[in-house]
Amino acid sequence: MTRVRAWLRAHGPGILLPVATTVLAFLIGGLVVLLTGHDPIAAYRAIWNGTGITYLFPWTPAEDKTFAALNLQQTLLITTPLVLTALAVAFPYRCGMFNIGGQGQYTVGIVGAIWVGTRWPHMSKPAHLFLALAAAAAAGAIWGGIAGVLKAVSGAHEVISTIMLNWIAIYGAQWLFELGGPMQGSQPDVPQSSEVASSARLPAIWGTLQPLHAGFYLAIAALVVYYVLINRTTFGFGVRAVGLNADAARASGIPVARNYVAALAVGGAFAGLAGACDVLGWEFHIVTNDIAASQIGFIGIAVALLGRNTATGIAFSALLFGGLQVGTSTRSLDPSVFPPELAGNLAIIIQGLIILFIGAQLLLVYIWRARKRRHTDEPPPTVTTPPVGAGSL
Amino acid sequence: MTHGLGAGSARPQAIPAVTDTPLLELHGITKRFGDLVANDAIDLDVRPGEVHALLGENGAGKSTLMNVLYGLYSPDEGRITMDGKPLRLKSPRDAIEAGIGMVHQHFMLIPVMTVTENIVLAHEPRNGPMLDYGAARTAVRELSERYGLAVSPDARVEEIGVAQQQRVEILKALFRSARVLILDEPTAVLTPQEAGELFEVVRSLRERGTAIIFITHKLNEVLEIADRITVLRRGKAVATQPAAGATEQQLAELMVGRSVLLHVEKQPSSPGEPLLQISDLVVRDVRGLEAVRGLSLEVRAGEIVGIAGVDGNGQTELIEAITGLTSPVSGRIAVAGADITGRGARIAFDGGVGHIPEDRHRFGLVLDFTLSENLATHEYRRSPESTAGIIWPRRMATRAKALLEEFDVRGGEPQTHAGALSGGNQQKVVIAREVSGDRRVLVAAQPTRGLDVGAIEFVHRRLVAERDAGRAILLVSYELEEILSLSDRVLVMYEGRIVAEHGPDATETQLGVEMTGGGRAAAG
Repeated sequence: MTRVRAWLRAHGPGILLPVATTVLAFLIGGLVVLLTGHDPIAAYRAIWNGTGITYLFPWTPAEDKTFAALNLQQTLLITTPLVLTALAVAFPYRCGMFNIGGQGQYTVGIVGAIWVGTRWPHMSKPAHLFLALAAAAAAGAIWGGIAGVLKAVSGAHEVISTIMLNWIAIYGAQWLFELGGPMQGSQPDVPQSSEVASSARLPAIWGTLQPLHAGFYLAIAALVVYYVLINRTTFGFGVRAVGLNADAARASGIPVARNYVAALAVGGAFAGLAGACDVLGWEFHIVTNDIAASQIGFIGIAVALLGRNTATGIAFSALLFGGLQVGTSTRSLDPSVFPPELAGNLAIIIQGLIILFIGAQLLLVYIWRARKRRHTDEPPPTVTTPPVGAGSL
Repeated sequence: MTHGLGAGSARPQAIPAVTDTPLLELHGITKRFGDLVANDAIDLDVRPGEVHALLGENGAGKSTLMNVLYGLYSPDEGRITMDGKPLRLKSPRDAIEAGIGMVHQHFMLIPVMTVTENIVLAHEPRNGPMLDYGAARTAVRELSERYGLAVSPDARVEEIGVAQQQRVEILKALFRSARVLILDEPTAVLTPQEAGELFEVVRSLRERGTAIIFITHKLNEVLEIADRITVLRRGKAVATQPAAGATEQQLAELMVGRSVLLHVEKQPSSPGEPLLQISDLVVRDVRGLEAVRGLSLEVRAGEIVGIAGVDGNGQTELIEAITGLTSPVSGRIAVAGADITGRGARIAFDGGVGHIPEDRHRFGLVLDFTLSENLATHEYRRSPESTAGIIWPRRMATRAKALLEEFDVRGGEPQTHAGALSGGNQQKVVIAREVSGDRRVLVAAQPTRGLDVGAIEFVHRRLVAERDAGRAILLVSYELEEILSLSDRVLVMYEGRIVAEHGPDATETQLGVEMTGGGRAAAG
């Protein structure tokens, strides 16, 4: 009993706050639905059914399960890259940095995966796939690492430099794949890449129509890697020390600059893998117009914040955002209950509200800490730490 | 210690000295923060023309009480009266209007503005919508003459010294017609000479009828300046008594609640081979100016060498160079003969230099790390704490448990966060980490800053014990008393050089003169 209570005291607020945040966002979203003259409860039920989560419940009738399975495959297909782009935010966050560059690192990951995946079609399957994944991870790591080097050498703030690197990546990739671009595919009048060779594709693991691919396992493995790396390695120890107090870390002989570079590189590698999962898992090519339209990296920021930068938190919040995306899509939502065009906007509204509330929470936590600090005679500790996400798992 | 009868004839505006009617009274002030009772039914009163010292350890509730009095907190119970009339203080503005002024430990001045502008700020004499600078200047000049507080009205605050800035703060309060003046640890930033001058100012204010609340933890100051003393301990006022007849020992016991050893007991040192050797060291500060200019010194095994000096004479840069946090321009630093010059903090520590940093929250501890993790920040890359890059939290905890017991850290398990400990116990954690293993040299910078009497006693005893165990200890402190009571040799540092060396029998006056440039008058 006491163990349960101790666990609740340590983790209770960390679970309760994100859940309350989400519930509140959905309640306000419901009001918006009401304003459009639709029944919010029916709309949410339809969105819920659209996510396919019902597939997992034993009481769902067999005839519904077939359709639910299709939806759940899509939900997990979106959840996979969201987990990875969220980890791209979470890892540097533990080193005291805010990586806004997930979108750019995701984009260069796509370029790396396509570059390897569309070449050497006769290579053996595991080698080709591995090389394509490695190229994507390496491209993302370099892209993140550049921001790390800039910070370590000249003190350039990573928020600014990663945003700028995003645009370099996006415009660069558009140039590569546009008409006449060096990586444009074989059809001269279509601005997109060639198809990824079958030997470099991630194998399907569930379903046939647009099946869930092995990248899903990769995402789960990445969550485990993240947890172990942060909590159980000397590398993670140094990263956390720098993230919580860079001055004390430096005084203890922990190399601060090197950790900045490494943490952003690891984050970039996660985002690069997200790009690989999408182009090696189900898209198999990249259309130039989709490069700037993609939001996967940016949604990853919200996923990481809602999940409080913990492995389990990210798993659940990625599923939430993935489900919301699929549940409101034209493909999954019953248009007689709630029009998908409205639903798509509803998803954006709910995402926006969640981000707004998390921002407000950060502010509240900051004010609360500042007040608490004034209550003691001790000089105030220098707060170099981001206020949330310092928990364990 | 006279009761302010000197200083020439009384001026017309002077109010007669000490009366027995209180000017300001606090009745049963209670302030709670959750379960913590920061102030527990505290009574306090100040009379016009009286210096009332408020004495207490960190966390005793001094700051909370003064924040209540200055309108920053509203008390849960109790009331405040001025001239017998109840006061409702909702903000510092209310307190200022009621005639309460406060000089904070960290000055609240605007560096780019002139002395005059700072003093009249928010109560400016106006000429239409514009500041009437001439009138402001006259008012400041008049005020500074009346109270004998010499300032240059047109100097910018960033150009004047700390002691001057403190005078500006006092004048600011007086300009707002403060009848009660709260001074929060006013001597913490001053040299002995400057402190002496401040005491003169305080006495002259007392003669003119200002009621002064003097917050401090320095017992000798209390006895020198106060008329009455109130001692706070764990949120309660445990005693209010006249300063006459009080002794340091008795006050210390009231503060801590048990008998304490005020003076360090130690045997004469028997220095062995030189462990820390510094020759011709030149170090630049963050602005690129030479802060340490060709300094040489030597610390032998089994001795404590104290560096006396006013803050900002290159001490910080010297410490950073020894501990590997900064690379010197030239010169050599050797530990037991091995060169560690400019090779980084890790090499310095592995080479045998332990470091108790001046700012323990910023450089000493990761407050959001557990004690177990904090104790491992040097050793985490080595077996048994880790093998092949994998850390073993249980082994870290086992080692931490032993260290926490050895160094008597109270209220801390290995899994406790460092931020949850009191300052004294945090410092014990830092010391435990820095002396563990094979540290030949210990650099202690302000090791008792912000600590209470009980913790100071522990730190001092531990430093002497480490000395006796054969370590070479370099002590840098801005508290002359600490330097003199601990050091076997005293070096005086001025403008980046060692300008004098003394045995343990040097006097404060002598050091004070040398610290400020050898005979030249102190600034201000």
